[in-house]
Amino acid sequence: MKHDRREFIKKAGWTFIGSGLYINLFTLDKALAGSTCTGIRNLYAFIVNTETCIGCGKCVEACRVENNVPPENYRTWVERYTILQDGSVEVDSPHGGEKGFEPVPFKKTSIQKSFFVPKLCNHCKEPNCVQVCPVGATYVTDDGFVLIDEKRCIGCSYCMMACPYSARFMNPVTHTADKCTWCYHRIRQGKTTACVEVCPVGARLFGRVDDPDGPIAKLLKAKRLQVLKPETGNEPMVLYVGLDKEVC
Amino acid sequence: MQEIITSGFLFPNDLHAHWSIMIVLYPYITGLVAGAFIVSSLYHVFGVQELKPVARFSLVAAFAFLLFACTPLLFHLGHPERALNIMFTPKFTSAMSGFGYIYNFYLIIVLLEIWFVYRPEIIKRARETRGPLKALYWCLALGSLNDNETALTLDHKIIGVLAAIGIPSACILHGYVGFLFGSLKSNPWWSSPLMPVIFLLSAIVSGISILIVCYWLICRFGKQILDTECIKSMFKYLWAFFILDFAMEGLELLTHIYEAHHEWHIVSQMLSRRLAFSFYGLQLGICSVIPLIVLGFVVLKKMQDSTRIKLGLSCAVLILIQVLAMRWNVIVGGQLFSKSLRGLTSYTPTILGREGLLVALVLFLMPFVVMYVFNLILPLFDKEPDAEKQ
Repeated sequence: MKHDRREFIKKAGWTFIGSGLYINLFTLDKALAGSTCTGIRNLYAFIVNTETCIGCGKCVEACRVENNVPPENYRTWVERYTILQDGSVEVDSPHGGEKGFEPVPFKKTSIQKSFFVPKLCNHCKEPNCVQVCPVGATYVTDDGFVLIDEKRCIGCSYCMMACPYSARFMNPVTHTADKCTWCYHRIRQGKTTACVEVCPVGARLFGRVDDPDGPIAKLLKAKRLQVLKPETGNEPMVLYVGLDKEVC
Repeated sequence: MQEIITSGFLFPNDLHAHWSIMIVLYPYITGLVAGAFIVSSLYHVFGVQELKPVARFSLVAAFAFLLFACTPLLFHLGHPERALNIMFTPKFTSAMSGFGYIYNFYLIIVLLEIWFVYRPEIIKRARETRGPLKALYWCLALGSLNDNETALTLDHKIIGVLAAIGIPSACILHGYVGFLFGSLKSNPWWSSPLMPVIFLLSAIVSGISILIVCYWLICRFGKQILDTECIKSMFKYLWAFFILDFAMEGLELLTHIYEAHHEWHIVSQMLSRRLAFSFYGLQLGICSVIPLIVLGFVVLKKMQDSTRIKLGLSCAVLILIQVLAMRWNVIVGGQLFSKSLRGLTSYTPTILGREGLLVALVLFLMPFVVMYVFNLILPLFDKEPDAEKQ
C-alpha cells in the first residue's frame, strides 16, 4: 500500500512535469516573441501625407500644448528631406520643426526634391516597446492604442532602446517613459488628435479603420501606403502617403 | 550639464544617451561575479587542486560583487522605489523581467555555498570565542554546532551540488545580461546572437583577472603567502578563456564588416569617430593583443616565477581594462548613433550627480569593503596549507 502511494505520486509528478514541458515547448515561442496583442483589434490608424505637409510645425506646437510635453522632448516632430541633384540627402528638424523651417541653404537648381515627413509613435500591432517593458507599464488597449501607465513605469528606458523609431523619451518631470498617445483622452471624448485638428493642409488624418465614411477607409482604398522600417516586424499603424526610400 | 557634440541628422529624441555609466558598471560588476564563481567551482566541482588557495576567497569575492551588482541600476532608474515591481508584477515577454529571479536564485546559491564552506570555521570560532563574538558565531552557525565527520562529509557533498548548480546559474546570469542587449533588434550594434556568448566569456576573464589582482595585492600587502602554483593556474585559465573571448569579439566585428548591412555605415562611423580609442585602441588593441601574446609566454615559456607573476599580473590588469572598455563600447556605443542612421551624438559622464563617475567609483569599491569586513569576521584564505608549502 505504502509503495503504491509512492509510485502513484512519482508517476503523477512525472506526468505533471511532462505535460508542463509539452505545453511550454509549444507556446514558449509565441510568448517570447511578445505576442501581446491577443484579443486586441487595431481599430484605429493614422495616415500622414508627405505630399501635402508644408512643414509649418503647428502640429508639434499643438501636441506640446495639449499634452504638456516638456521642452526639447517630442511626442511628434517634422523632418525635412532635401535630395540634391548629385543624389546626396540632407535631413534636418530644428526644434522638431516646431518653429517651422528656414529656407534650405542650397541653390534651387541643385535641388532635386524636398519634402516634409511628420513622425510620431506608430502604435504598432506588434510593438517592441510592449514586449520589453519588464513591469507591463507599456501596454496595448483593446482598440490598439499603445499607452504608458506612468504610475507603474520604473523608468528603466528599456522601451526607449527597443523602439526603432525613437518615438519615446524620458519625461524629466515624471521620470517615466513618455510618448504620443494619439491623444487618447481626446479620442475617448469623441474628438480627434490635437495635431490632426490644427494641420492646415490635412496632411495628418486619424480615425477608425472600419468606418467606411471616415478619412482612413477612403485613403486606404485610394492610395498605396507605406510604413516606416517595415523590416523590424513591428507592423506600424501610422501609414504614409508618398514615402520616399530615403526616409527611415 | 554635459556638452553634447552632434553630427549629421539625429531624431530629436536621440540627443542624449540614456543608459549612462551606471549601465556600463552593471554588467561589469555582474561579470566579475560570474568569473569569480567559475574559479571557485573549478576547485569545488572539477577538482582543480592548484586553485584551492583561492577557492574560498573567490566565493566570497563573487558574493561581494553580487551584493552590489544591481545597485548601479537603482541609481539609474527613474523610479528606484518601484524596482521590486520587476519581481512582484513581472511581464515575462520582457528580457529584463527574469533578471530579478535569476539574480536572487544565484544569490541564494552563493550564500548557501559560502555557509557550508565556512561552517567548520564558524563552529570552531563559536567554540573558541567568548561573549558577543560567541553569540555572533553561534548565530552565523544557525545554532548548529555539529561538526562530526558524518556532518562534514554531508556538507562537502552539498558544497559540490551547490557549486554544480552554481556553474550553469553563473553562466545564465551573465549570458542573460548579454541577451538583454543582444535581443534588441532595433539597435544594429547590439542585436547579435553572439552578444550573450561575448558577455559570458568576457565576464569569466574579468572575474579571473580581478581575483588575480586581489590575490596578489592581499599577498603583497597582507600576511598571506602567495601560492605560485595557484596563480600560475589562474594565468592558464585566464589565457584560455581570453583566447575564446577575443575570438568571439573579433568574429562579431568581422561579421558586421563582411555583411555590411545598411546600418553598418553609421556603426562604422560611430566606431571610428566616437570610440576610436576605447574600441580600436583599448578593446581590440593594447588591452587584447598584449595579454594574448604575453599570457602565452607566461603560460608556455620557462621563466623566473617573479617575472612570470609580474607579467601575468600586468595582463590581468590590462584584461580588466579591456572588459570595462568592451562594456563601455557596447552600451554607450549603441546609443551614440541615432536610429535615423544619419547622425552621431556624444556622451561624457559627469563627475558628480546620481549617475556620475564618483558614484560609479564608490559603487565599484563597495564590494572590496564587503570583502574587508568579511575578513574581519571570517578569514578569506585558508592559511594552514600555505604555511605548509613554505
